[in-house]
Amino acid sequence: MLEIKDLKAEIDGKAILNGINLMINPGEVHAIMGPNGAGKSTLSSVLAGRADYQVTGGTVTFEGKDLLELSPEDRAREGIFLAFQYPVEIPGVSTTNFLKTAVNEKRKYKGLEPMEATAFLKMMREKMELMEMDKSLTSRSLNEGFSGGEKKRNEVFQMAMLEPRMCIMDETDSGLDIDALRLVSNGVNRLRDKERSFLVITHYQRLLDYIVPDFVHVLYKGRIVKSGDASLARELEEKGYDWIKTEVEANA
Amino acid sequence: MSEKEKVDIIDQVVGQDYKYGFTTQIEMDTAPKGLSEDIIRFISAKKQEPEWMLEWRLKAYRHWLTLEPPTWQNFTYPAINYDEIIFYAAPKEKIKLDSLDQVDPELLKTFEKLGISLSEQKRLTGVAVDAVFDSVSIATTFKDQLKEKGVIFCAISEAVHEHPDLVKKYLGSVVPHTDNYYAALNAAVFSDGSFVYIPKGVRCPMELSTYFRINAENTGQFERTLIIADDESYVSYLEGCTAPMRDENQLHAAVVELIAHERAEIKYSTVQNWYPGDKEGKGGIYNFVTKRGICEGVYAKISWTQVETGSAITWKYPSCILKGDHSSGEFFSVAVTNNYQQADTGTKMIHIGKNTKSRVISKGISAGHSHNSYRGLVKVNKKATQARNYTQCDSMLIGERCGAHTFPYLEINNKTATVEHEASTSKIGEDQIFYCNQRGIGTEEAISLIVNGFCKEVLNQLPMEFAVEAQKLLSVSLEGSVG
Repeated sequence: MLEIKDLKAEIDGKAILNGINLMINPGEVHAIMGPNGAGKSTLSSVLAGRADYQVTGGTVTFEGKDLLELSPEDRAREGIFLAFQYPVEIPGVSTTNFLKTAVNEKRKYKGLEPMEATAFLKMMREKMELMEMDKSLTSRSLNEGFSGGEKKRNEVFQMAMLEPRMCIMDETDSGLDIDALRLVSNGVNRLRDKERSFLVITHYQRLLDYIVPDFVHVLYKGRIVKSGDASLARELEEKGYDWIKTEVEANA
Repeated sequence: MSEKEKVDIIDQVVGQDYKYGFTTQIEMDTAPKGLSEDIIRFISAKKQEPEWMLEWRLKAYRHWLTLEPPTWQNFTYPAINYDEIIFYAAPKEKIKLDSLDQVDPELLKTFEKLGISLSEQKRLTGVAVDAVFDSVSIATTFKDQLKEKGVIFCAISEAVHEHPDLVKKYLGSVVPHTDNYYAALNAAVFSDGSFVYIPKGVRCPMELSTYFRINAENTGQFERTLIIADDESYVSYLEGCTAPMRDENQLHAAVVELIAHERAEIKYSTVQNWYPGDKEGKGGIYNFVTKRGICEGVYAKISWTQVETGSAITWKYPSCILKGDHSSGEFFSVAVTNNYQQADTGTKMIHIGKNTKSRVISKGISAGHSHNSYRGLVKVNKKATQARNYTQCDSMLIGERCGAHTFPYLEINNKTATVEHEASTSKIGEDQIFYCNQRGIGTEEAISLIVNGFCKEVLNQLPMEFAVEAQKLLSVSLEGSVG
């Protein structure tokens, strides 16, 4: 589904990603872990197409298409979804109105008619139930005055509404207490299926207790330096990142 | 009319670029260029006005001659050469119009193109329209239905003949010719506009609307609107305006007067979309307007809502004089400037009666090289006990080269007054746009969404049909504002 080959990227002339290789198949959940400054958030930004980053090498293929050639909005319409670490507030725009626009822009891209208002609202209700969302959130302005937990749940709710093929979650667990973490994770787990893949970026292992990954990769200095299964996450939790660093330095 | 048709009409109205830039080829009856007592006599004679009306004009003209153009505004513009302006232009019409069938088909076509259908079968649902083309009112729809309720809605030139007592009593009573330079000019040369009278206890059964169109070259448009709401009556009035694209600047200096008697309510909405000039700032309308309402009686209410997206320069302060005890005034404004547009707009809330309330919500959006100023006065007179004002003034900047300015003036002469002023400035952030992009929403659409969200409190005040039009106008005005 998503194939990243030797991806290199920089910001303001500073190299952050130094050749990432990653292959994600349909239905797989991959976790990316790593110390601060390893390039985790940069990877998610580059995949989503944030203009601040310059891709200096490598390729990214998404369902046979050259992802890097697409505008950020077309990537989204093709089925890439990024759950932001810091979701922005948009005053005066309700989540309902925002999502209606997003859903219909995607439909337009796919050559479909806009969704009827009633059908859309029905879908909202269903997904809200599925995600255990508080109804009031959808009529409030997008993320405005939301708590950290509410913002993250809203991200996952949007994910449910837009039905992406590839979900990238950028430190979704940051700033969440244990109850919110459970709610968010439950939401994500309900969205897992054979066709949908996840790239879960996190600093801590605790998220992966709830969203159990098929693969865990350790990112360090802009490269994936170690890959394994879910047990690698637990090992990292016990030992910290230092042993990885030492291992990398030793091999260098 | 189905929802779909409604949307189609609105789509036609708002289009993409400035779609109204066409001119209509029509035989015109125009005054010679320039201004003099003879020109005023010419205008008055053209309209077969009674002697008192001519005298009223001449008095204003003589006063105007003693005045200098104001210089306190926060924008610059080249001096206007009044000798080059045509002060009267009217489509040539030999016969008096009894029905729409007699209107020149070219004119009807013009208004059709603008999305304003004057044929009553095809009108926007439940809106009576008075169409003003250059200097004259072309047609007023739904007259008969309004007449049943005793509502008078006609061209002001007609009211001078048909309802002279009302005109004499109220014309210039809120905005006298001595008020300011452009008000004096308007009083001298105004050619037409709308007149509304709502009798006691009547709730006007439909929205009233005037559509202004400047067509002829080098023509100034000086319309005058007078709305009187008698005791316990209600009216909602809308105005829309467009003009062809021309390289020369054209002057529009209107005067609007509102009078609300005891427990009456007037809601006045404007969607202003005069030609703003091109991307380099060439051409466009100078929109120098005096709008003021008086809450004459107790519990009277006047509410101004404006969406200003057009004009090279906009200079207007729709105001409320809160004379009746417990009366209230509101001002809701969205002003958008792009490219080289300049807007200096706001309101004056003059509290005279006891327990009077006013509320001001102003949203300014600046893009390109434009400048957008809010200028507002809140004045509480000595005897106005327990007056309350709330002002909220938000500016949004798009890009690096535009400016937003706020000039609040407070004159509080009574200790019991409660006056609040809140102001904020924000920028549309790259983060906000990227967030929208990531959800599949393109940049233009994202800006439109963010701007409409920013203006929501004001747009909510507009009647339904016009809210949709206004939303689209905002997007169109800001197209290409983010590179």
